[in-house]
Amino acid sequence: MFNYDQYLRLDKFPLIWCSGCGDGIVLKSLLRAVHKLGLQKDQICMVSGIGCSSRLPGYVDFNTLHTTHGRALTFATGIKMARPELTVLVITGDGDATAIGGNHYIHAARRNIDLTVLLFNNHIYGMTGGQVSPTTAKGKKASTAPYGSFENTFNISGLAQAAGASFVARSGVYNPVQLENYIVKAIQKKGFSLVEIMSPCPTAYGRRNREGTPVDMIAWQKENSVPVAKAGQLTPEELEGKLITGILVDIERSECRAEYQKLIDRLAQS
Amino acid sequence: MSNASQQRVRVLTGNEACAEGALAAGMRFYAGYPITPSSEIAEVLAEQLPRYGGVFIQMEDEIASMGAIIGASLAGSKAMTATSGPGFSLMQENIGYAAMAEVPCVIVNVMRGGPSTGLPTLPSQGDIMQARWGTHGDHPIIALTPFSVAETFSLTVRAFNLAEQYRTPVILLLDEILGHVNEKVELPKDGEIALVNRTLPHDPPERYLPYRHTESGVPPMVSFGQGYRYHVTGLAHDESGFPTNRASEIEKLLDRLHRKIEQNRDHIVEVEAYEMEDAEIGLISFGSSARASRHAVRLAREAGKKAGLLRIKTLWPFPDQEIQAYGDRVKKWIVAEMNRGQLAHEVEWALCGRAPIHRVTVYNGDPISPLTILNRINQLD
Ligand code: SF4
Repeated sequence: MFNYDQYLRLDKFPLIWCSGCGDGIVLKSLLRAVHKLGLQKDQICMVSGIGCSSRLPGYVDFNTLHTTHGRALTFATGIKMARPELTVLVITGDGDATAIGGNHYIHAARRNIDLTVLLFNNHIYGMTGGQVSPTTAKGKKASTAPYGSFENTFNISGLAQAAGASFVARSGVYNPVQLENYIVKAIQKKGFSLVEIMSPCPTAYGRRNREGTPVDMIAWQKENSVPVAKAGQLTPEELEGKLITGILVDIERSECRAEYQKLIDRLAQS
Repeated sequence: MSNASQQRVRVLTGNEACAEGALAAGMRFYAGYPITPSSEIAEVLAEQLPRYGGVFIQMEDEIASMGAIIGASLAGSKAMTATSGPGFSLMQENIGYAAMAEVPCVIVNVMRGGPSTGLPTLPSQGDIMQARWGTHGDHPIIALTPFSVAETFSLTVRAFNLAEQYRTPVILLLDEILGHVNEKVELPKDGEIALVNRTLPHDPPERYLPYRHTESGVPPMVSFGQGYRYHVTGLAHDESGFPTNRASEIEKLLDRLHRKIEQNRDHIVEVEAYEMEDAEIGLISFGSSARASRHAVRLAREAGKKAGLLRIKTLWPFPDQEIQAYGDRVKKWIVAEMNRGQLAHEVEWALCGRAPIHRVTVYNGDPISPLTILNRINQLD
């Protein structure tokens, strides 16, 4: 049995999350990944925004920073630029990162700054009671989309890829081993790394959209996931409503803080 | 370091002096977004900071700039940003975060005419209430207002010292005139400048409380990555830094946040009295308006009038006691400012009707002229 307790602030339990929420599975995958990499707790700085997933840092025994809505990446950028030796992990959600924080999201990816972003995509604003988010699928209901959302959605991973991230992977809580492996790779990658994690919200999304039990929602993920290698062989029609999972981007690209260090070194020599 | 920055007597603008003061204060992290009339601060620091091994980064907006400096400060750097009105508006939420989470940092606002895009290249002093109340909720703040290029240097250093000493955001209010005027300044040598750093904890990590209710009101602060793993949040929190909904804890936190500034107000508040010893007509002003006010006092004295100037260097916390101290002798007050009377309102409040308060307010983009103030003095007879 993996000893999760060594990384947890057990006195802060019970978790704020609803029973059946996917976020706890992500938490466990993350801790296994941290352990696998042999990271020291002092060396990790975890930064989050606002929302259900952004409460995660309160439960882990790292240097933890719970910031303002949408702005986690800006605080994290400050930390990474000031202390590049820290491993900076960012916990955020679909609303936090791509609605209110969308500008910071694309710019952090453009800079390719060495941050690892775990983006919990639950397609809803859970914390505030189920309002529509930039990833709520067309037709799906939310408290502020009572007749079903009429807007187009963001492809969160695609957005990071287009903006210049050097590592992008998509996974879901139905596959915690894969998730753990992707988190390991994301942390190892020097540059902006995104793991988009499908984490169901049975309370604010599932109930309103009659998605069944939390187990049903996870089973849905499993049945509708298509590995990226296989997705290439399918037509757009066949891919409609599917989750393309896997490592979507893994490239070498200059990293922001390392480039800045080169400048410091160059000026010191001249 | 370039030769230019080592010369002690230099001709600088206020914006340049602000950048130099920040470097002298030990600032090693700047994040900002371009905006007139503050951009020269960023430009100087973009050139200088990498030479000091420090970080300069231009962010995607002012919200991001404010977030980045808070992150950098928590990671152990003295950090600042600079902006003007519209950018200052965008920063407000994260300024509140810095106040609540007690993160030292310096925010420079080179004021221009507002509201909205207003007058990008023309002076104003219209943000003094925004500096005090711009972010939501009850919070304390420190704001400093230099009036010359030399003082911009020294008050920039002081802004960092106060931020570190009291674990608080400090706002430095310049205005367009001060930002762009050139003056000769003699910069102090390294070592001549007293620097203050945040107080480190004596407690070992397992006993460290990042928000301890200390007697001074200021909890010791340690940077991330130093072996003290703690939690920082903008939520109401207890001494350990974790969120709480307990009324008694929330009240204690908010009281301490205010107490740490209020009980140290005598150390924080600075005014300069000019010809005030026997003054019967007292001017109150700050920033570049105080330059015109001082000139007006000189002209009035030449004409035999007992005029003086009380110049505000610390705007928040407000120097109410320093003004009240003249209550019996000064018969009439004139408040001179480049807005529609924000400072006058505060002075009225401080004096509670003990003396009449007259206003010189200019808010059309023109600077205040000494003659306008002199006319007001002459009208008082
Ligand atoms: S509201 Fe939804 S996302 Fe939030 S904790 Fe509950 S189940 Fe999880």
